[in-house]
Amino acid sequence: MNMQSNVMPEALSQTETAATVTIPASRRMLWSVRRELWEYRSIYLAPAAVAVLFLIGFLINLFHLPGRMHAAGGSAPMQQFEMIAGPYNSASELLIMLSTFIVAIFYCLEALHGERRDRSILFWKSLPVSDLETVLSKACIPLVVLPLVTFAITVVTQFAMLMASSAMLLATGQSAAPLWAHLGPLPMWLGLLYHLVTIHSLWYAPIFCWLMMVSAWARRAPFLWALLPPLAIAIVEKIAFGTAHFGELLRDRIAGAPMPGTASAGFGPMKMPVMMLSPAGFLISPGLWVGLALSAIFLLVAVRLRRYRGPI
Amino acid sequence: MACIEASGLRKAFGATVALDGVDLRVEEGRILGLIGPNGAGKTTALNAILGLTPYQGALRVLGRDPWTERDLLMRDVCFIADVAVLPRWLRVSQALDYLVGVHPRFDRAKAEGFLAKTTIRRNSRVRELSKGMVAQLHLALVMAIDAKLLVLDEPTLGLDILYRKQFYDSLLNDYFDRSRTIVVTTHQVDEIQHVLTDLMFIDRGRIVLNCSMDEVEARYQEVTVIPEQLAAARALRPMYERQVLGRGVLLFDRGDREQLAAMGEVRRPSIADLFVAVIGNQAGQTKGAAR
Repeated sequence: MNMQSNVMPEALSQTETAATVTIPASRRMLWSVRRELWEYRSIYLAPAAVAVLFLIGFLINLFHLPGRMHAAGGSAPMQQFEMIAGPYNSASELLIMLSTFIVAIFYCLEALHGERRDRSILFWKSLPVSDLETVLSKACIPLVVLPLVTFAITVVTQFAMLMASSAMLLATGQSAAPLWAHLGPLPMWLGLLYHLVTIHSLWYAPIFCWLMMVSAWARRAPFLWALLPPLAIAIVEKIAFGTAHFGELLRDRIAGAPMPGTASAGFGPMKMPVMMLSPAGFLISPGLWVGLALSAIFLLVAVRLRRYRGPI
Repeated sequence: MACIEASGLRKAFGATVALDGVDLRVEEGRILGLIGPNGAGKTTALNAILGLTPYQGALRVLGRDPWTERDLLMRDVCFIADVAVLPRWLRVSQALDYLVGVHPRFDRAKAEGFLAKTTIRRNSRVRELSKGMVAQLHLALVMAIDAKLLVLDEPTLGLDILYRKQFYDSLLNDYFDRSRTIVVTTHQVDEIQHVLTDLMFIDRGRIVLNCSMDEVEARYQEVTVIPEQLAAARALRPMYERQVLGRGVLLFDRGDREQLAAMGEVRRPSIADLFVAVIGNQAGQTKGAAR
């Protein structure tokens, strides 16, 4: 026993000193992502605020549910589905639009511009975190954190809506079973997660990475600089060749449109049963891989720019 | 191994040459004051040393190339680039958490100890702190890092005299030991005179003076010359002459101490006066003093 207790502290102190010499890159990344959440609280506050607003509206609207369910009893199943699922779809769609896309766009434009504008880049660069790690940790926000935040908030919101609806139905003496049967919360949420990962993370990646590159490059007005080049290309193409391929390309990218395996634009994710979405079809679509390759290039340029650029 | 070693360091922004072939060597355990007029290339030199800007020529800091190995170098190098570079949204506690998370040589207990001597609260954001408190916070963070080289670029700009004095006092008393190296630039030259071990003047991208404070002491004499002796003193070819209260004050480089003592009161020149003399001679005219 004595010998053991003598050995233990020594071994401990040895690992301690070893640990103080280097910090694994994963830990630096984790703290850098946390730092982004400290700075940009809108990442979770904006979708949460939208969720709360929506819930309030939904609760007010809820008083009409028993009547609607009653009326839907005789109509066709598809109409019934629409009527019941309507508010649930628009809730998640609203949240996705607002948090994942708008917040992501503004975050990306600010990410590498704000730190130069307020000169804090000089502080961040005084720490042993490489430009690559910094840019990757910032790219994690629109590509990983925001979809997950949106998913969590949407699930919580929809669960609250379901419970409230059920309570309302039970209180008025109707059965909540048709509601649950039609909605199927689990496939609904799986579909949402699938939509977030495929569209908002993977398909939109080149948009976010382009914005981050512009925010690392522009001295001022990154929003304008992000919009002008695509606009210029589209106009030049129109004048030179009379075509609009580039514009169509952009539209398809933003609308998430001709994608094999996923819902088309304007068609909410929850309306598609999970079984109909084909991950294989998505994974072999060239649009996905071209987009991801572009994303990687944009990020590498952003890393290089951050190395050269100082405060503005 | 020297802490900083540069030869032929060059950096130009378009047609403006910020560094024009700088050679320098800073040994471990020194406190070097890098003094120069505005636009002389001080900040450019520091930025090159810190890996913030690309350069031409050879430069090694702690044996590393700062431009390609900035992140590794920053384990052993700290810098305060300016008074106001801490992000304004950052909370004091977040700054501590983050540094523990990413910096292998950051000692949180030490930083807490330094902060305990101030009135800075843990949950304050940087934007809520006064300029002096932000400087205190940054210094506390930096002093808690067990670094080999500390670079300070105008660390006390805009602070009042109390904060400035406290800044250098704690730097000397709580931080500096003979194994660390500090490089500092400032316009408040006289305030750091007693702090420095080495002195370097830089003007228009070139080093115009580079010596230890002991050498400064041995080499330069400032004499308040008795009026009758003025002509004789001038004959000894002073490097600079100025008038103080109607009396000639002459600065000599390697003058004969006994000879000078006979002409008036001899003392060590202040860095500011030496600066004016050296830079003034360089330019062929007196430039704005670094006071």
